[in-house]
Amino acid sequence: MYDVNWTAVIVVAIVGVLAALGMFLASRIISPRRPSELKDTPYECGIPASPYNWSQIQIRYYVFAILFIIFDVEAVFLFPWAMVFLKDFVSAAVFYEMLIFMAILFFGVIYGWKKGVLQWK
Amino acid sequence: MNFQEILKYFVYAGLIFTVLAGIAAYLTLMERKVLAWIQQRMGPKYVGFKGILQPLADGIKLIIKEDLLPSWSDRAVYWIAPVAVLVPALLMWVAIPITEGIVLDDSDLGLFYITAISVLTVMGLVMAGWGSANKWAVMGGLRAAGQLVSYEIPFIMSILAIAMLAQSLNLTEIVNQQKTFAFILKQPLAFVIFFIAGLAELGRIPFDIHHAESEVVGGPFVEYSGAHWAVFYLAEYMNTFTVAVLTTILFLGGWVWPEMPFEGRLHDFLSILLFMFKTVSVIYLIFWIRGTYPRLRIDQLMAFGWKLLVPLSFLNVVITSVVLFYGFSHFVLSAISIFLTAVLFYMISNRSKKYDSGETVNVVSASQLRDSQR
Repeated sequence: MYDVNWTAVIVVAIVGVLAALGMFLASRIISPRRPSELKDTPYECGIPASPYNWSQIQIRYYVFAILFIIFDVEAVFLFPWAMVFLKDFVSAAVFYEMLIFMAILFFGVIYGWKKGVLQWK
Repeated sequence: MNFQEILKYFVYAGLIFTVLAGIAAYLTLMERKVLAWIQQRMGPKYVGFKGILQPLADGIKLIIKEDLLPSWSDRAVYWIAPVAVLVPALLMWVAIPITEGIVLDDSDLGLFYITAISVLTVMGLVMAGWGSANKWAVMGGLRAAGQLVSYEIPFIMSILAIAMLAQSLNLTEIVNQQKTFAFILKQPLAFVIFFIAGLAELGRIPFDIHHAESEVVGGPFVEYSGAHWAVFYLAEYMNTFTVAVLTTILFLGGWVWPEMPFEGRLHDFLSILLFMFKTVSVIYLIFWIRGTYPRLRIDQLMAFGWKLLVPLSFLNVVITSVVLFYGFSHFVLSAISIFLTAVLFYMISNRSKKYDSGETVNVVSASQLRDSQR
């Protein structure tokens, strides 16, 4: 009952990949290709591009990513809960437990907020 | 699973891609026309009757354009990135119905599946930024990661409130639950949060900081041209359409609210027409916002998401669950939700006042200017 038709999903993914590759192939056949050294250098705002530009990554991006992972995992728990918490075969404790769970997570956000994690510096 | 069934899926999948690509192409024309009206210009008007063939011309131009490959780029990642953006945009459509029965997989897990797939776009954008080996692109890709990931939470939470209200994750079932009252009447707050977070997920103005031209000169797409760039934009407009359709299905009552008159075929036809009308209205609203609002700064964007939308969407989920659990009337839910929506708008206007310098700009329309110069 609670399942996704994975055959359909895989077929749609294959069609998507094929369509994109088809466009690339068509472009490859039709479009001109005249590379030159200057044309193939990375874009830069008027000054000569400096080599190797996989530059350092600021740490604040990863703090947001960690926060996101926590909430995304929470969502995985919340969706099944939302489907059953009104049903008769589930005891009332389920409802209160989830409220406590959400309160703990929300406390985490407030903690981060007070620590200044959410402030973009 | 026999061969014929798989072949049937291939035909349907091909149909989905073709129709979506056509819609995406014409959304570009619609966007340019709407922006032109807002800015008192003509918009594209020479190709075909009143510019009706402009998307075709654009498509041909993009295919025959030279496809550049920057010499320092990470070749494989650079080539794969557009596919990694396009495929999730298509995958969403496995579970989205257009009307009763017209859907590839009428899954009981549809809404959950959509929330799971919608995050995948981030990966493609980060790959594009990383593969380009360009500092603007890397920065844009990381901004995309930060932004899309942050707004995913209010997006999921507002969807969750609807799932609780409908007690189902099946999209057809959710629409059928709205026969008397569309969920926008019961959950205006969830609607506003969903719409704002949806705009941010799409990366449209006012949330387009990851490809802001004046800051990161096009972000992850800066090195792309030709067919690869075209695939990125195809995916972006497909996603715009998807968010509009999801808004219609989840909040505006899909094809059942308000109930169309007549019986049989005519009724079904009118229902689809109603559905399309709602979808186009939502898309129009998205373009309208693009035409009238300035871009947020990245710190404002993050603060808005984490300090306003996340707490409010949490509160919304808690209130909805409490009202449902204790069996209060749904009018209580509406009243609380409307109140919180008012609070949200008050806080938005308060924040924008904080940055307002107090200077006013006289806006003179083109026609006024012309009259005054006579």
